[in-house]
This record gives sequence, structure tokens and C-alpha cells, in this order.
Amino acid sequence: MPIKREDDFEERRDHLKDLSDEELKEKFWNLTEKIVDPLIDLSKTHTSASIERSVLLRMGFNSIDAKAIVNQVINADLLGKGAGHVVYKLAQKEDRPIKEVGLDIGDEKYTKEDLRSLFNGGGE
Amino acid sequence: MDLKPDQKIDIEEILDGIEDYRPRRKGWTWRKKVENQQIGPFEYKEMSEQLENSVSLPASRSFKNIDPQPEPVITTEIASGRFEDDIRRMRMAAWHGADHIMVIRTAGQSHFDGLIEGTPEGVGGIPITRKQIRATRKALDYIEDEVGRPINFHSYVSGVAGSEIAVLFAEEGVNGAHQDPQYNVLYRDVNMYRSFVDAAVAKKIMSSTGMLQIDGAHNANATAREAWKVMPELFVQHAINSMFSVKAGMPKDKISLSTVPPVASPAPDIRMNLPYSIALRDLFDDFKFRAQQNTKYIESSIREATVTHTLNLLLSELTSADLQSTITPDEGRNVPWHHYNVQAVDTAKQAFAGMDGLKDLIELKKDEGFLKEQSRELKERAVLFMEEILEVGGYFKAVSEGFFVDSGKYPERNGDGIVRERDGGVAADSIVPRDDDYMAPVCDHFGENNLPDDLDKPCDLIGGCTLHHPEKIDFIDELDPEDNVEKRLEKNEEYRKGSKLKPEVQWLGDGWVNVTMFLPESKKVAEFAALEIAKKMNLQSPEVIHKEVMQPAEGTVCEVKGRVDFSIDVDELEIPEEEEALPFDEIRGFVDDRPINVVAATVGKDEHSVGMREIIDIKHGGIEKYGIDVTYLGTSVPISKVVDAAIETNADAILISTIISHNEIHRTNMKKLNDLCVEKGIRDKVILIAGGTQVNNEMAVKAGLDAGYGRGTHGDDVATFLVKTLRGDYDEEE
Repeated sequence: MPIKREDDFEERRDHLKDLSDEELKEKFWNLTEKIVDPLIDLSKTHTSASIERSVLLRMGFNSIDAKAIVNQVINADLLGKGAGHVVYKLAQKEDRPIKEVGLDIGDEKYTKEDLRSLFNGGGE
Repeated sequence: MDLKPDQKIDIEEILDGIEDYRPRRKGWTWRKKVENQQIGPFEYKEMSEQLENSVSLPASRSFKNIDPQPEPVITTEIASGRFEDDIRRMRMAAWHGADHIMVIRTAGQSHFDGLIEGTPEGVGGIPITRKQIRATRKALDYIEDEVGRPINFHSYVSGVAGSEIAVLFAEEGVNGAHQDPQYNVLYRDVNMYRSFVDAAVAKKIMSSTGMLQIDGAHNANATAREAWKVMPELFVQHAINSMFSVKAGMPKDKISLSTVPPVASPAPDIRMNLPYSIALRDLFDDFKFRAQQNTKYIESSIREATVTHTLNLLLSELTSADLQSTITPDEGRNVPWHHYNVQAVDTAKQAFAGMDGLKDLIELKKDEGFLKEQSRELKERAVLFMEEILEVGGYFKAVSEGFFVDSGKYPERNGDGIVRERDGGVAADSIVPRDDDYMAPVCDHFGENNLPDDLDKPCDLIGGCTLHHPEKIDFIDELDPEDNVEKRLEKNEEYRKGSKLKPEVQWLGDGWVNVTMFLPESKKVAEFAALEIAKKMNLQSPEVIHKEVMQPAEGTVCEVKGRVDFSIDVDELEIPEEEEALPFDEIRGFVDDRPINVVAATVGKDEHSVGMREIIDIKHGGIEKYGIDVTYLGTSVPISKVVDAAIETNADAILISTIISHNEIHRTNMKKLNDLCVEKGIRDKVILIAGGTQVNNEMAVKAGLDAGYGRGTHGDDVATFLVKTLRGDYDEEE
């Protein structure tokens, strides 16, 4: 639960009071960076349904199809591979256009095993 | 389509071919400042390039209709729930000087898991969809061509579909957007991990097209119980989003801090807000500033809100503003109406023009005393805030412990901050780690991405992405056969294309009007009396939207809104034709052949001389310039003296000015002039003309005169009337 506290600014500021304005500003931005770095690291290494739909939009799918494809990718537990990656791999494997393959995934024409098998063994 | 100033914008034409529309530019545009610019009779220090078409401020009538455009981009927020009506308001706002149009999203869109398509009607805002954005951007293209200045279009990249919305905006040429993951967490209760992870991707995409980002820190002002106490926290929120944005790939000059003066008069506004504004600009000197106006302390008084906002503008002038946002002064009483958007824009335009060059004249005492001490203290409090965030284990932990939007002035804490659990909120547990072989074959994708090494750009892998090949965008038109713009246009066609007319405040033909009444009663009685009066006026759904006590017993002023349930037919209106002034040579030539002499005076007990002088004096372009001989008798002249002078000089016409209108004295004077001329037997020989601020032609003719003129009349108009009467033009017409 949030705490309650009287204003103890005068005691707390003891280590700041002798800093020049420039030093205080530098401290402000150093602290900001320390707070933000873990947030950026988290963002670099994670993805979400919205992010993967945004990838599919950029690949030329409309929002309805992007949603259907991402749902299938989540079903197959492959979001961590990237939804665009799944579509791309399948298109490569079957030598068919990206758009066509993606729509078929959205239409549940592939089982999750089919999709998962794209990443079993062999790699890229 | 070229817009014509005297023709309405055609929504159907905008929608025609919308599936193939492409934005003609992307990214943000600033105004171009012009140093020492001569505009009309004045030189300005801080104004930007002028517009080709605009509506100038009312008082500019006295300054050759100049319309100086301030340097900051001026924002107006427009979102009534129907974008087709908003487009008309955008045009009005642009004509008054807005070049940043922000649309608020419909309630609940931030929790909508995906994009909305089509053009459904919104509540408290607009459902942001591809079709709506396209149509609006297309309309703004026409409008910016008409006014002669680029218009920035803006909405929100937030909620659980933030990354997709960023792509949509980048594809469709939206020029600016709010993006701040803290806003999602604190005010929309979206899971905090999800908010940040999505935000990084969104920010990178926004950067790819040069969009300007505005953060969400100002919401703490609007939420905290005592808004001025959250000042230290505001620095922290600004800093977190700014640094996070930079690290996600956004250039600093595309990051704009949304800052609101936290307190408002009758608090000592400037003394409290100025040190804060200075400290903020010191710490964030590499970034842009979007000065927002205070909404927290807006009540239903338009006047009060306007003064608060004018003080906010003074603060912008004293510090800096790259963008000046405006808040409609009616925000405290209803969803903003058309003309209040325009008024808010005019308030900013007027205040900045009036304060032009102020900083050259005065200097703030930033390096000593109160300003220095206060701004230093705020910065230290912000640093202490961040130290404690790190002490407890970082940002997410701090949010879960209610650090933010606490009403205490940090380090004071009142224990009433917003608490969000790390594993709670909408879309909790919805991020997944990217595998070692994670891949996204598209451009401008933030984060780890295992693309093959030999690509020029990522999307080469798939033959191009929509950001480079817009023809790949798969356009969805409508999903709901009933709730869409085409159906709405069918319903109001008679108001758009026919001759039916109804008053409106936000939607075509909505019928709302506002009535102001003073009632000599207490507030409580006045409120109910006002409603009863509105009902007797046949106003539907009446509602008192403002009441203000003049004195507890003597009376209350009330404003009541209500709808009229009728329309009128414009074609059936009888509108008198406006007389066009004759060319100079034609009048001058007539007077050369047939000299005209007139007697002129301000009549009654009335000392106003300016109006009459404008009509007669050669130096004001009055009738003397045509060679008309004027006998000017001065002010406070009795009617009898005027008539006697006319007889004595054998005048062709008598011109009287009658400004005072107490007890209908202006009507009395006009009638008296006619009666006396009849009595003296000269009425047939003399043309009688009256002028004054409360005079109009109909009234003067009713009083027996030949013509009457109100505000905005020039000597040309009067000379034209004299010539046409004397040469018998009007006889022929009859």
C-alpha cells in the first residue's frame, strides 16, 4: 500500500544542496537513464500480439486477417518466433506468395503442429 | 478538388476514391518565422508567414484587416463522434489559424484489441479507423491548400493496440501523435509490461515517418487532487518517456513535452507556474515544448476559462512554446461546440500578436531570488523522486507502490497515488520473450530481430513492406452496414444539399441553441425559472449549462441550451440585396456635372463624432473626396437646427448620426427629422440619411427616412446612395 510521509525535503536534499545546477541536471539525466534502461531491455527482448499484428500489417495484411493469423500463431505457441516469421517460413517452404499463405493460416488451414514443424530441426 | 471560400466542403467528394488515396507528405511541419515582418501598419518580431485565406480578429477591422500568425503551431482538438462534421469544424479552425488538428478517440478504444475499421459513430470522440483517418487527411489536404499553410493531423498511439495504430498512422500520413506508456498504465490500467514493450515498437515506427510525439505527463495535473503539488513528479514522467523514446530511436526534436501550467487564477498563477515552467525548460532544453492550457480548474464560465488561458499564453510567451495547444472555453459545460474551438484558437492568436516581442522588452530574474530558488527546489525534488524509484527496485515496483499521482508535494506523500499491480491490468501476462531466432521481415521494427545479413533493408525479404510500398496496404471500407458515414449522410441530405437550415453546435442539423438570460432571483430559483422559460420558448431538452450569481438576492445570469424542433427554408428568406458602391469615377463625374451639398451633424445630446467624420472627412475616404460639399454642424445638435441649416444652404441631403440608443432615442431622432422636414415643406427636396451603431436601413425607412446605415459603413456607400437617388435609379426600380 502507498505510504504516507511528511515533507522531509530539507533532510533528503542534503547530498544535493552543494551540486551546481549543471551537476544537478547531469544527475537528473543519469538517474533517468538508470530507470529507463531495464524498460528498454525488456522491450528489445519481448513481443506481444499487438506487435506481431503490426508486423503483419506492414507485410500487407489487413487488420482482420492480421488478427486471425496472430491468433493461430499464439495457438501454436509460436509468438516468440514472430508471426511474420511464421508466415515467411511457410511461404518459403511451400514456395507460395506471402499473402496467400498468411490468409490460409488465418483460415485455420494449418494445424498448430504444421506450424510448429516449421521450426523443428534444420533451423533457417 | 479545389475548395472555394464561399462553398461548403463536399464530404461525398472526399469519400469518392478514398480506397486509393495516398498522403502527399509524411511527418511534422513547423511554421516559418519571419523576422521583423511588416504586416499592415505594424512591424512584428515573432510572427510567421501569413495565410492566403483566413478570418482575422474582429478588431483587425481598424488595422486594415491584418491577421498576424504567431510563430508556435496552434492546436485545436476536434472530435464530436462524427468525423464528417468535424471536417467542417477543422476548416473553420484552420481559417482562424489552427495548423495542428488533434482528434480525440472514442471512449473505450484504448482497450480495443486491434484496429477498428469503417466509420462508426463515436462517444466523446472518434473511432480512429483507416477510412476515417484517410478521409480526414484528404480533407485537410484541400483545406491547407485553401489557407496556404500545411496542417498537421494528430491522434493517439496508445492502448492495447498501440503498435498497430502506429503502423496505421505511419501508412496514412498522420503527422503527430500522443505516445506515452505511462498514460496507459496510470489512466487506462493497461498492464505495465505490455504498455512499455508495445510502446518501444510504436515509437520506432512513428520515428520512421518523422511524426512528432507528444507525451502524457499533463494528465497528472488533471488527475491529482491539488494539481500544483505534482510538479516534481511531472519532471519524472517527462524524463522517463523522453529517455525511453530516445532509446527507442526517436530524435529529440521529434519529442515534445506536454506541459500544463498546473495551477490557475485566482491562485497566484504566474508566481506559482513560472518557476515550474523555467525549471522544465532548463532540464529539457534539447526537446520541444507543447504548451497545453489548464483544464483542471475550468468551470462553466467562458469568460473565466478565457482569462485562465490568456494567462497560460503569457507563460508561453515568457518561457517558450513550440506548439501552443488550445482548450475550448466551453469544456466545463459541454462537449466542445464549433465556435468555441474557433474562439480558443483566436484567443491564442490574439494574445501572441498582442505580446509580440515582449521578451525583447523585459527580462526574467532567473539567476537570483524567488525564480531561481523555486525552480532549483523543484528540480531537487524530482531528483529525489527518481532516487527513490531506483531504491525500491525500479519503475515497475514504484508504480505498484503508488508513487505516481500522489497528491503530496514529493517527498511528501499522502498515500493516495495510483496503484497498479505488475501482473494486473488489461492484457496482463500478454508479453512473450523473443526467441533466439525471432524474426520480423519488415522495416523500422524495434528490438532484437534476426534478419539475414545481406539485406539492404529488412522488407526486401518479402518484396517490400507497406511503409515502402503503400500499394500493399489492404484497405477495409465498412464492416457495419448501418453504423457508417454513408448512412448518416443519407439522413441529413436535406440539410447538406437542400435548402433546409437548422442551428447546430456540433452535428449538422442538431438543432441546439443557447439562450442567455438574467433573472432577478436567487441562484436556485433562477435555475428552475430558466428551465421553465426555455420550455415556454419551445426549446426541447433544455438544460442550464451555466449560472453565475450577480448578488445572492438581486439576481443570477443563466445560460440555457435546448434544441429547436423546426427547420427553416433558406430559399424562402427575404434578404435585402446589398448595394454595391459605384466606382469612384462614376460618382466624381456625376458630382462634377451636378454639385451635391449636404448638411451633417450628430444629433440630440450625443457627443460621438468619430462615425460621422469617417463618413464625411476626405482623410478617412469620406464623401468629400468625391467633391460633395459638406456643412458639418458638430455634435449634440438639435434636429431643428439641422433642418434650418438644410433650408438655409438649400441642401440636397441631411446626414444625421445618432449613436446613443437609450430609451430608443435613436428612433425618436430619426422620426423627428422626417416629421420636421414634412412640417417645413422640404421633405420632397431633401434626402434623409441616418447612421449609428444601432441603426439599420429597415429601422430608418420605418422612421420615414430614405436610408439608414450601421457599423462598417463607408463614405462610398453613402455617396453611392446619394448619386443613385439623385439620378433616379431607385425610381426606375420601382
